[in-house]
Amino acid sequence: MIVEFGHFALVLAFVIAIVQAIVPLIGAQRRWSGWMAVAEPAAGAQFLLTAIAFAALMWAFVTSDFSVRLVTLNSHSAKPLIYKITGTWGNHEGSMLLWVMIVALYGALVAWFGTNLPPLLRARVLAVQAAIAVAFFSFIIFTSNPFLRLELPPLNGQDLNPLLQDVGLAIHPPFLYLGYVGLSMSFSFAVAALIEGRIDAAWARWVRPWTLAAWIFLTIGIGLGSWWAYYELGWGGFWFWDPVENASFMPWLLSAALLHSAIVVEKREILKTWTILLAILAFGFSLIGTFIVRSGLLTSVHAFANDPERGLYILAIIFVFMGGALILFACRASAMEARGVFGAFSRETALISNNILLAGSCFVVFVGTLWPLISEMFFDRKLSVGPPFFDTAFTPFMVLLGLLLPVGAMIPWKRGHIGRVIRPLRWIFVAALALAVVLWIIPTQRSVLAPLGAAIGAWVCLGAILDIVSRTGKKDRVSRLFRLPRADWGKAVAHFGTGVVFFAICALVAWQEEHIQVAEIGKPFEVGGFTLTLEDVNQVQGPNYSSTKGFVSVRRGEYEIAQLRPEKRVYPVAQMTTTEAAIDYRVFRDVYVVIGDRQTDDSGWVIRAYIKPFANWIWAGCILMALGGLLSMSDRRFRVAVGEKKLPYGMPAE
Amino acid sequence: MQGLKKRRRIQIVALATVGLALSTALIGYAMRDGINFFRAPTEVFEEPPNPAEVFRIGGLVEEGSIVRGTGETVKFSVTDGGASVTVHYHGILPDLFAENQGMVGTGRYIDGIFQATEILAKHDETYMPAEVIDALKAQGIYKNPNDD
Repeated sequence: MIVEFGHFALVLAFVIAIVQAIVPLIGAQRRWSGWMAVAEPAAGAQFLLTAIAFAALMWAFVTSDFSVRLVTLNSHSAKPLIYKITGTWGNHEGSMLLWVMIVALYGALVAWFGTNLPPLLRARVLAVQAAIAVAFFSFIIFTSNPFLRLELPPLNGQDLNPLLQDVGLAIHPPFLYLGYVGLSMSFSFAVAALIEGRIDAAWARWVRPWTLAAWIFLTIGIGLGSWWAYYELGWGGFWFWDPVENASFMPWLLSAALLHSAIVVEKREILKTWTILLAILAFGFSLIGTFIVRSGLLTSVHAFANDPERGLYILAIIFVFMGGALILFACRASAMEARGVFGAFSRETALISNNILLAGSCFVVFVGTLWPLISEMFFDRKLSVGPPFFDTAFTPFMVLLGLLLPVGAMIPWKRGHIGRVIRPLRWIFVAALALAVVLWIIPTQRSVLAPLGAAIGAWVCLGAILDIVSRTGKKDRVSRLFRLPRADWGKAVAHFGTGVVFFAICALVAWQEEHIQVAEIGKPFEVGGFTLTLEDVNQVQGPNYSSTKGFVSVRRGEYEIAQLRPEKRVYPVAQMTTTEAAIDYRVFRDVYVVIGDRQTDDSGWVIRAYIKPFANWIWAGCILMALGGLLSMSDRRFRVAVGEKKLPYGMPAE
Repeated sequence: MQGLKKRRRIQIVALATVGLALSTALIGYAMRDGINFFRAPTEVFEEPPNPAEVFRIGGLVEEGSIVRGTGETVKFSVTDGGASVTVHYHGILPDLFAENQGMVGTGRYIDGIFQATEILAKHDETYMPAEVIDALKAQGIYKNPNDD
């Protein structure tokens, strides 16, 4: 009964979304305020109904209602409760329902809290947002309906993929979707502005918090995904340049570019057309990401069970939305006149360089991701593009970005003086270079990568600190530091986080050590300065799996510093094994141990051990970036009502 | 004012063009060693590639061919029905690796043995890499799991 209720709510939400996509748009064109006012209650109702549908599906999972096809395919009564709940979105149909619920949520947020938006813009934004929802509602209802019943319900289900039975992964999709779908909000704002034929500083101010929110969620989502891959997949990698990872990384790069270009529109009313284009493309890449994951066209470790019909449907959605928005863009872009002028050496130039570098790196990732498809279609040659491609083609962009960042962050708007910016930075530059030299001389394994990464990381981090300190002026520096606008703090924290990530990735890649061997029980072996001993191996029973558990002690010199328990689990229902790596997390390095097969002659077990320096710093950097975004989003200027009034020309720089 | 605006616009376009050219050049350069071709076991058997070339092989893991538990190296054969190739892998196999299941490996073909540096197995129980399906179809032994 509850399931039918949910199904009904879903269809009703679909119908409401159709109304919301059409009526307010006509109302805004004809200036009929009654028609425009339809948008708000419709957006609220659409979200509530979708939420009811989602809750009904979750109910079916929690109560293990195996008459629902989706529950049978993806759940099992012996599964822990938390994974029954998260199992709701651990499959294609459920995750699409979550996706469309978030589309509706963002629309409802605009309806509820966007009271300071001009009514015309708000009606149009809500209509465009509803149009996106219509596309995905129809996708769910016609190609992947989660509420389908089975005629003969089985006694038990087929279990959720054990790899997905993990806390990190369970919360990773909601964050990622909040990010992906958050970009639909920037898209709706961009299309609404194009219909209106006008964007100004106020528009940029409204669109920026949404973009920031999307970017924060994407950062957290990608960070969680990479952390999950690190500890769960058992080979200690944090990034594989897999098509599905790239699918989330491309919108991240573009939304980072959009964040920066929206500042330029807000402060200086230039780069308007480019910002609109970025907003359209960023959402386009979210859609392409969905397409890559759902169509199964590219070989990926992450692919969902695939179905060409679904892929085609999403392709059609991309075609309609991107085609429509880009045609509108082509017709209306000339109406966006830039207002400010700026010197060759100015914040504007720095932010344009930032955008070119981010967009360029996104282009490289895009070509690398889709090249296998292009090659197969046009040259009939099956190939894959591996990490060496991305390492070579992507890294230069990030190096340039890192080099420019501290300088660009400190140049004043309009016209800067190169000497005045460089002077305080030169000591930092020297310090970063010194660090690189030290790191090149001291370690035994010489590599260019680690010193380079450390130097750029230090340069960016110290630059961020200098940036915020330099804002305090001459007197009362400490108290002024804490009275600075949150946006300044956000900028410094996010840039600092970026530096940390640069450093951590280079340090990890350059200094990690890997070791594999057959370990006899009780016989110690050396890995990178640590002594590891396989003490014992036991068979253990879990709630819905049985496990082979190893006991590995880690010693440094005389002292035992950790006891690790790597596992190999067998899930009988899903007929799958999973490797549970055991990791000793420390600030400066992780010890990572995986247990493999038992030797047939009973001499021991295969043990794979890694020393991973600075691994945690990657995710700490991601958290800092997200925190910076949050700080920036909470800045006062986004909360005060700006109204439709034109802002004074030439705002004070931040 | 207007002249400066125009000049800036030209400069931005020039900068963007340089950026685009640079990224295209980088892509071209990186493609030289970043690309791995896919070969089915039959193709490898008929035309063994140069031992220096890193490529990907894919097919089904042959029944009864997995030799585990003798040292750190795992040995097995991969087949597409037409031919089978012995694979050696130094490491721990991914979780979903099993007999009669699809796999894709990256590595080199040296002296009749595929030395894999990376083994990819499927991520869930219904998924099979597209290349493997095509390779099996080419030999006429592909069976759609949804048919039965």
